[in-house]
Amino acid sequence: MSVLVITEHIRGEVRDITRELVTAAQDLDGPVAVAVIAKDPSALADAVNVSGVDEIVNVAVEQEEFENDVYAGVVEALAKEREPDVTLTGFTVNSMGFAPAVAARLGLGFASDVLSFRQDGDGLVAERSFYGAKVNAEVEFPGKAQVVLMLRATSWAPAEGSGNATVSDFQAPQIESRARHLEFVDVEQGDVDITTADFLLSVGRGIGEKENLAQFEELAEKMGGVLSVSRPIVDSGWVPNVRQVGQSGKTVKPKVYLALGISGAVQHLAGMKTSGTIIAVNTDAEAPIFNVAHYGAVADLFDVAEELEKLF
Amino acid sequence: MKIVVAVKQIATLGDEVEFTDDERAVDPDFLDYALNDWDSFSTEEALQIRDRSGEGEVVVVSVGDEDAEEAMRRCLAMGADRGIRIWSDALDGADPITVARALAEVIRREGPDFVFAGVQSADSVQAATGVALAELLGLPRVAVVTKIELGDGKAVVDRELEGGIVDRTEVDVPALFTIQTGINEPRYATLRAIKQAEQKEIEVVEPSDLGEPAYRVRRMYVPEKGAGAEMLDGSAENVAQRIAEIVKERLK
Ligand SMILES: Cc1cc2nc3c(=O)[nH]c(=O)nc-3n(C[C@H](O)[C@H](O)[C@H](O)COP(=O)(O)OP(=O)(O)OC[C@H]3O[C@@H](n4cnc5c(N)ncnc54)[C@H](O)[C@@H]3O)c2cc1C
Ligand SMILES: Nc1ncnc2c1ncn2[C@@H]1O[C@H](COP(=O)(O)O)[C@@H](O)[C@H]1O
Repeated sequence: MSVLVITEHIRGEVRDITRELVTAAQDLDGPVAVAVIAKDPSALADAVNVSGVDEIVNVAVEQEEFENDVYAGVVEALAKEREPDVTLTGFTVNSMGFAPAVAARLGLGFASDVLSFRQDGDGLVAERSFYGAKVNAEVEFPGKAQVVLMLRATSWAPAEGSGNATVSDFQAPQIESRARHLEFVDVEQGDVDITTADFLLSVGRGIGEKENLAQFEELAEKMGGVLSVSRPIVDSGWVPNVRQVGQSGKTVKPKVYLALGISGAVQHLAGMKTSGTIIAVNTDAEAPIFNVAHYGAVADLFDVAEELEKLF
Repeated sequence: MKIVVAVKQIATLGDEVEFTDDERAVDPDFLDYALNDWDSFSTEEALQIRDRSGEGEVVVVSVGDEDAEEAMRRCLAMGADRGIRIWSDALDGADPITVARALAEVIRREGPDFVFAGVQSADSVQAATGVALAELLGLPRVAVVTKIELGDGKAVVDRELEGGIVDRTEVDVPALFTIQTGINEPRYATLRAIKQAEQKEIEVVEPSDLGEPAYRVRRMYVPEKGAGAEMLDGSAENVAQRIAEIVKERLK
């Protein structure tokens, strides 16, 4: 099956997900082409010429940075002209802006947040999760000659080495971009840096009320660590986002990560799953956080916190 | 200002699960239901924009069976004006593009100024329905929006990327946005509002053409746990003691 990988880049840097997609593409046995959609695609060529890539397809466009109409227009044209069996994008914010649109417009097979995939007879089978990662499903694409898959980040190792891909050019179609990039605004740096702490005590929605937060901040300090949180705690405005762990927050790798009342959604796991020792406390025995934890306890976090207070 | 909000009643699983006989779905007896978290933020955002503009309406549209009206009533209790529910049995367990097709047919005839969807639904995490819907409606769109400023003939929105970096984007309107959590503080409905919402209209529509599905579930199963965590048993006191030991040992 032939594969087309869509490169993701920002501020002139190719993002890791692209080389992860190249690795994933090797799970099928067809030629692998990588499309680079950029103002000056050749400037990014070295970064995508990694082992496993057979062809680099340069698509010059006016825009330096990602805009969803530009990507949708180009990927649609590539799908029509080159007819790749499988088009791979990351399950990333950028790709969320165009991949489903291309599949909807052309009536292609489509699945997102894909964990694995394989050829099965003439068709393709992809694996994805449902119900808060408690159930997995195999999905198939009956009658679809082309399939678009958005793959979960950090599930494949990034491809390395240098490749010897051939390079071709592809003429971008005329595109009217209706959602235009103005500027990037970087996250403000706060006075805490959760990325350098050896011990993070991390709390999630399980703590219930804002009033409960202070005790965990104190406990974190008492235990010699720093308080971090999952996204809903930041969304509620209880703490600033410098303490947020996860895909849209910080990636952390402390020696010990103690998660209290965090379910373990993929976007949270993306930010902490490589921590040295992960300990999770949750009342739900099937919470997916236990799949990445080294130690787990099915218990009420308030009871455990109260006992921990006494021990430090 | 007319804003259509696509809202979904999501299903959650406890710690037990069984599958239907054909193994293509979870046995509904094991599921609980709730309004998708993202959709309470998008409903709130629509209400605030309607109220600031001083006129117009917020219409919530959902693809779901009769039970889904519970989630819709929550949005109506928050202040949405009316609802449209779309259903046919062919939509059971449908892929996001099929759901988008069902939504598009109804939303097109509403001719809204804006369409909002959530970034993703918590039970299936496709993060695809909204953008597929925009395409079918021929609307400009921005995914993962954390701030909206309306201007004349366009809007400036913040799109939140990985690592929290914001991409400030200028977008032509009418447009569709997929709304990220944290954009606002969704209001709680008062008891009185919940009562009043019972009286609001929910129109029920059957879709005409759903096209070919983008995927079909072949089978569902409980994933392998891998090595799994070493479980700490006993009382909270015992658990805390073991955690304290592990922490002290690792931080040495
Ligand atoms: C584009 C995008 C980016 C995102 N980025 C991030 C990110 O950077 N970081 C992030 O965290 N999320 C992120 N999310 C959100 C993510 O999808 C989840 O919604 C979020 O991680 C859930 O947080 P939680 O585990 O605290 O809450 P929930 O999923 O609600 O889990 C709460 C847990 O607490 C447990 N619990 C409840 N009461 C108790 C008790 N008394 N004792 C013990 N346990 C209890 C429950 O069993 C449950 O497992 C992102 C989402 C999107 C779409
Ligand atoms: N059955 C549905 N009915 C109405 N809207 C839906 C439905 N499924 C998904 N959506 C919308 O699409 C968003 C993203 O869901 P998903 O693409 O399933 O992750 C949700 O927040 C809703 O706004």
